[in-house]
Amino acid sequence: MSQKGLSTQSGAEGSARARYETVIGLEVHAQMLTRSKIFCGCSTRFGAEANTQICPICAAFPGVLPVLNREAVQMAIKTGLAIDGQVRLLSEFARKNYFYPDLPAGYQISQYELPIVEQGALWIDSPERGEGVRIGITRIHMEVDAGKSLHEGIYGASWVDLNRTGTPLMEIVSEPDLRSSGEAGEYLKKLRAIVRYLGVCDGNMEEGSFRCDANVSVRLHGDSVFGTRCELKNLNSIRNVMRAIDYEVERQIELLEEGGKVVQETRLWNADLNSSRPMRGKEDAHDYRYFPEPDLPPLRLTAERVAALREAMPELPDAKAARFGQQYQLSRYDAGVLTSSRELADYFEAVAAHAASLGHGNAKMAANWVTGELAARLNRDGVEIGQSPLQPWQLGKLVALIQQGTLSGKLAKEVFEIMCQEGGDPQQIAEQRGMRQVSDEGAIDVAIARVLASYPDDVAQYRAGKGKVMGFLVGQVMKATQGKANPALVNQRLLAKLAE
Amino acid sequence: MDLASITLKQAADLLRQRTVSAVELTQFFLDRIVTHNPELNAFITVDAEGALTAARQADARLAAGQGGPLTGIPLAVKDLFCTKGVRTTCASRMLANFTPPYESTVTRRLQEAGMVMLGKTNMDEFAMGSSNETSYFGPVRNPWDRSRTPGGSSGGSAAAVAAGLCVAALGTDTGGSIRQPASMTGITGLKPTYGRVSRFGMIAFASSLDQAGPMTRTVEDAALLLQAMAGHDPLDATSIDQPVEDYGSLLAQDKGPQERMRGLRIGIPQEYYTDGMAAAVRKSLEEAIRVFQDLGAVCQPVALPCTDYAIPTYYIIAPAEASSNLARYDGIRFGYRCEQPADLADMFARSRSEGFGAEVKRRIMLGTYVLSSGYYDAFYRKAQKVRRLIADDFQAAFTQVDLLLTPTAPETAFRIGEKNADPVKMYLSDIFTINVNLAGLPALSVPCGWDAQNLPIGLQLIGRPLQEGTLLSAGHAFQQVTAWHTRRAYE
Ligand SMILES: [Zn+2]
Repeated sequence: MSQKGLSTQSGAEGSARARYETVIGLEVHAQMLTRSKIFCGCSTRFGAEANTQICPICAAFPGVLPVLNREAVQMAIKTGLAIDGQVRLLSEFARKNYFYPDLPAGYQISQYELPIVEQGALWIDSPERGEGVRIGITRIHMEVDAGKSLHEGIYGASWVDLNRTGTPLMEIVSEPDLRSSGEAGEYLKKLRAIVRYLGVCDGNMEEGSFRCDANVSVRLHGDSVFGTRCELKNLNSIRNVMRAIDYEVERQIELLEEGGKVVQETRLWNADLNSSRPMRGKEDAHDYRYFPEPDLPPLRLTAERVAALREAMPELPDAKAARFGQQYQLSRYDAGVLTSSRELADYFEAVAAHAASLGHGNAKMAANWVTGELAARLNRDGVEIGQSPLQPWQLGKLVALIQQGTLSGKLAKEVFEIMCQEGGDPQQIAEQRGMRQVSDEGAIDVAIARVLASYPDDVAQYRAGKGKVMGFLVGQVMKATQGKANPALVNQRLLAKLAE
Repeated sequence: MDLASITLKQAADLLRQRTVSAVELTQFFLDRIVTHNPELNAFITVDAEGALTAARQADARLAAGQGGPLTGIPLAVKDLFCTKGVRTTCASRMLANFTPPYESTVTRRLQEAGMVMLGKTNMDEFAMGSSNETSYFGPVRNPWDRSRTPGGSSGGSAAAVAAGLCVAALGTDTGGSIRQPASMTGITGLKPTYGRVSRFGMIAFASSLDQAGPMTRTVEDAALLLQAMAGHDPLDATSIDQPVEDYGSLLAQDKGPQERMRGLRIGIPQEYYTDGMAAAVRKSLEEAIRVFQDLGAVCQPVALPCTDYAIPTYYIIAPAEASSNLARYDGIRFGYRCEQPADLADMFARSRSEGFGAEVKRRIMLGTYVLSSGYYDAFYRKAQKVRRLIADDFQAAFTQVDLLLTPTAPETAFRIGEKNADPVKMYLSDIFTINVNLAGLPALSVPCGWDAQNLPIGLQLIGRPLQEGTLLSAGHAFQQVTAWHTRRAYE
């Protein structure tokens, strides 16, 4: 592909691009956070020495049988309920047959004709189409993860590590309802937030516990049939999913504009090269010979069991964001940011609750501190909210001190820094270091009198109509009080003095 | 008393009375195996050391007044039950050197009951066959006529019981593999309801059909063995979670055969009377019907209209499951691996080509074919529907009768090599047993006559799901008034 084809966004090619519509469907494989594997009692612990978390069932020894892990079923049901899906009371496991060294049985146990969840959806805010776009979810099915083939350290051969074999997966398949890489990114963020809220998957794309394949095609706007799609693999971050889609869309449009045809194939994304290439071998030519797994009876659920799980569902991101908007008067954007993870949302609520308990219920300010100062600090240190240097009560009290006028914003930031490094109670820190904001009119008047006496020229200019000078004078008063004066009060008293 | 022809029940009495010790009994059979096995080829592996150790432990239990009816009883185990630390070959080159690190649920339960495992018996490779000729370790010979097969696939277990090389044996039955060899060697064999006995640790042939069962000299012995084998197993999701009847007490009740049979309705499936049924078999069956009638049973014809579809249905479903079950034998983690593989594909292909025998490969290919895209609906899916219809046939019949009575096999033991050229002819050997597996029902084979060549003939009783008790009771009544089961193939 020519450099020109990829970089030029103007002229004839630019308008050609605008005539095309992108169609994307995503398949997400989410490793479920069960304690043991899906069909045996082995631990799902990650990172153990190769082939130490296995048993004859993992290794598909002769005569062993799978027994379904109830916890995995539970997690799949919860996820189904979270995406408004239909939970099937009768679902079925099937065998997907193929030979591969890290697939010990020669088949993967999956769900095929009767998956546990069908017909779900989630709603995203699309960068192009606006708020609340519905993205259909065709199905969620349970299946078992394979092992890993390792090609290092031995010449002309490979190692097989079966530790991951048997880890329960959910495959979550979207409808081809996504129309841009941006929407794909939003969908993944929302889906990841949901599985994390439910505690069914850690959502870690880099470590492969939340994996995504993208099916991408383009068509002229108005076409009723989809174009030929390509499947993109090896997308180990949301950013890479988006980049790979953008690349693929450009590639397909260019191909079509040159009179060519898109060939249905699986393509492997290379993040370093920022490009993809077709996978070798006839991956799509596989005949998996699915048939119902005879070692596992059909999975029957009772409506009561599903209803009980529905009752026990936690508040999910959308509902929480809507509540935050109402209860705390937060903007849709702020509510969205704060509910992007359950831990962050809980943290914010604890901060707001503590501030309110001290008589200062301005949650907007609490939100600003969490999404502003604190988020920046966490980001800088590369840690999650769980490793926050501040307890919610510390930040809550700090917010209360600002609201009651004890601390100025500037002082509060200093106290924040001190708390981050040394811990402690913000009120004590402020008192011990004399950082209390001065709201005493007498003291402020003394400082103002001194400033007015020191800068007679500026006072004259102000009185001659140069309003700008006001800022300078306020600054001088603040300086004279070592920044402790209440800025609102300084403003008010200074105006009064100048008006005299 | 001739220990070689001893029943399990008799042996248990002798052991409890301390007339004979478990070690003596075990040594007796080990000696007989040494003498007779070279000719019969019933055992692939004999574990003399393990057997004597278990026998000593059994003696200690018995001496302490502990143990049950199975404690100290020498048992032969079909070589597809995984036995911890004892080679388990499935009669295949693929597993000729495989020693499992785990124990099958069935053998574990029997060991816990104090049984002494003498060794592992020969069989058709991966239980695929009806004559024991597909074994990598060579054919088993029928103790009644050594030029003939003992049937299959549990031919080694059948021959071992019939030749007095053990007191009882374990078999498995996917399409008749307990009942047909039991019939051809003149012993008693029971295939329980699918799910009544755990399949954990039983090397799978066709998962939805496989079921383990006892092979014994009498129905009473089968009841004692089944008692210890049956029951729910958390390691097998398809095992049935329902209480096990007390079969032993059921037969121990002081009831005459008339009392057991009076008023019992026995159905005779008309579709089984085909040209394929040998005259001697037909005659023995008619005599058996008269025996049951004399005991007060009501025999009546019933219809099983889908009978003709059983063999084609079975030979779609069983190979389909087998083709997948046997995919794990890839030369990577255990079992046979070819020499000097050029690459991965070569290793898979050559390890399997060299490790499996012809019949196994035939069934893998058959199964792979019927599951292939484009053929799945025409074969596998249709076969599943027919399977449902076959089960419905039985269900309908069981609204009219309590048991079904049929011959176990259409003819008596055939000569080694006789049917090798024509697999379909071989498959027809299971024509009366196969639909029982498709329907998941329990069935019992007991000897009911001998033909002019002095070859045993068996009858089959088929029961409702989980009605092993009714089967055993009827089979026991038959043995109370007949002596066929006491005939011995040796002097
Ligand atoms: Zn395991």
